[in-house]
Amino acid sequence: MSTTVANQKASAGKVAAQEVLGLTGNEAAAEALKQVNPDVAAVFPITPQTELMHKFAEYVANGAVDTELINVESEHSAMSATVGASAAGARAVTATSANGLALMWEIVAIASSLRLPIVMPVVNRAISGPLNIHCDHSDTMGCRDLGWIQLYSEDSQEAYDNMIQAFRIAENKSVMLPVMVTFDGFIISHTMERVEIISDDKIVRNFVGEYQPENYLLNAQHPVTYGPLDLPDWLFEHKRQEIQGFLNAPEVIKQVGREYGEISGRSYDLLEKYRMDDAEVAVVALGSTAGTAKAAVEELRAEGVKAGLVKIRCFRPFPGKEICAALAKCKAVSVMDRCISFGLEGGPVFNEIRGAAYGAGLKVPMVSHIYGIGGRDINVTQIRGVFEELKKLASGGKIEAVESYVGLRE
Amino acid sequence: MAEDKKVKGWRDVAIGGLVEPGTSEKYNTGSWRSYRPVWHADRCIHCLQCWAFCPDGSIVAKDEKFGGFDYYHCKGCGLCAKICPVKGEKAITMVLETEAAKAEKK
Repeated sequence: MSTTVANQKASAGKVAAQEVLGLTGNEAAAEALKQVNPDVAAVFPITPQTELMHKFAEYVANGAVDTELINVESEHSAMSATVGASAAGARAVTATSANGLALMWEIVAIASSLRLPIVMPVVNRAISGPLNIHCDHSDTMGCRDLGWIQLYSEDSQEAYDNMIQAFRIAENKSVMLPVMVTFDGFIISHTMERVEIISDDKIVRNFVGEYQPENYLLNAQHPVTYGPLDLPDWLFEHKRQEIQGFLNAPEVIKQVGREYGEISGRSYDLLEKYRMDDAEVAVVALGSTAGTAKAAVEELRAEGVKAGLVKIRCFRPFPGKEICAALAKCKAVSVMDRCISFGLEGGPVFNEIRGAAYGAGLKVPMVSHIYGIGGRDINVTQIRGVFEELKKLASGGKIEAVESYVGLRE
Repeated sequence: MAEDKKVKGWRDVAIGGLVEPGTSEKYNTGSWRSYRPVWHADRCIHCLQCWAFCPDGSIVAKDEKFGGFDYYHCKGCGLCAKICPVKGEKAITMVLETEAAKAEKK
């Protein structure tokens, strides 16, 4: 059941009317896809993503969109078909999770290196094995160097909002990179939440705009060859171009985030600084845990602790300078990783921030907390425990272990 | 070729390795050749089997007759000489490229 509500900001500006729906993360992402109406979707089921494309297939079957839906026989084929469709000139999408992403790995890298602006929701799930279907970030963190922009979502609302913005970011001529929109498996994908969607599909379609490919295979007037052999005399140059796409992306992501705010009332940046102005102890998190951390911060603030949170929304390109600037006044920091980087001390996000801190001259004591592996629950009490450790470090305590674990049975 | 003299940098080319089709036409595969096909007009029956079999389109046909070789692209594979059906001395023979070049200088 839905109720059309006049957005309070609507009278002030151009903010479009919003509809409040009870949606799971998967449904919210499918709703965004419905409103965008892409040309091609190549789909293959995998838990916990299955429901997303199941829902979208319903829209296709009911004629709500005129997307060409291709049922393929594996994720490798799903990404291959998406690459083919995108190179042909279509606005193309697919979706996956964990082992599905692992199977499409080869083509994931090809999509970005051919500079195809594909959009793919990835519902975060632990990479097996042993076999696990629940959330951690080992799938998308594992492909952080494959050349895709990565936007992490805190809840179903952000999953919806990020999906719409992803097309504008990917297709920007100075970017031309595929975008992964991630949200936590089950915790977001299967949890029904209050989500505001833009009531009028046309407003979303206008915002995203008609896809205007520059070079595409079905253009008989100007034929091109995609993916020719690229040996030592050229590959380096093409990778440098790809770097340029990433260098251009932050401004585009911020601009699209502002413009999206104008039509939805919800603006987006590379990261969200939550009670960071005077924070002395802070955690850095991404995905649904950012929401849990906000509750912990609120409790601590009520008790007089100057606690804060830096939520990373855009992990690729990595906003190292912005993160360090946000943490500049802190006395102790924990980076919470829902992913293990085996053989390296600390999680991947931790190590990237610590690396950026060196360049920024930030000398704050910083520790890595690994949590939530394979869907292990993380709650407010546990995050308060992390802040307790930070308080000790802030008052001169020594770091006993750079990497430690939250919620692990000893 | 003149356009190859200045090697292009990363800013000068299309992104993602995208290329215009037909670029192989500009590529001098003739430089790979170690044996050169030579035509003997007196023996040729203009059956054009060489034209049909050449894997590189390097036999030029003119008015349904043999019209010469495209030495810029001919790799010297020798298929034309092999396929030539003329009995005895064939209408196309393969000559060592260095010898052919010497003969040209004279």
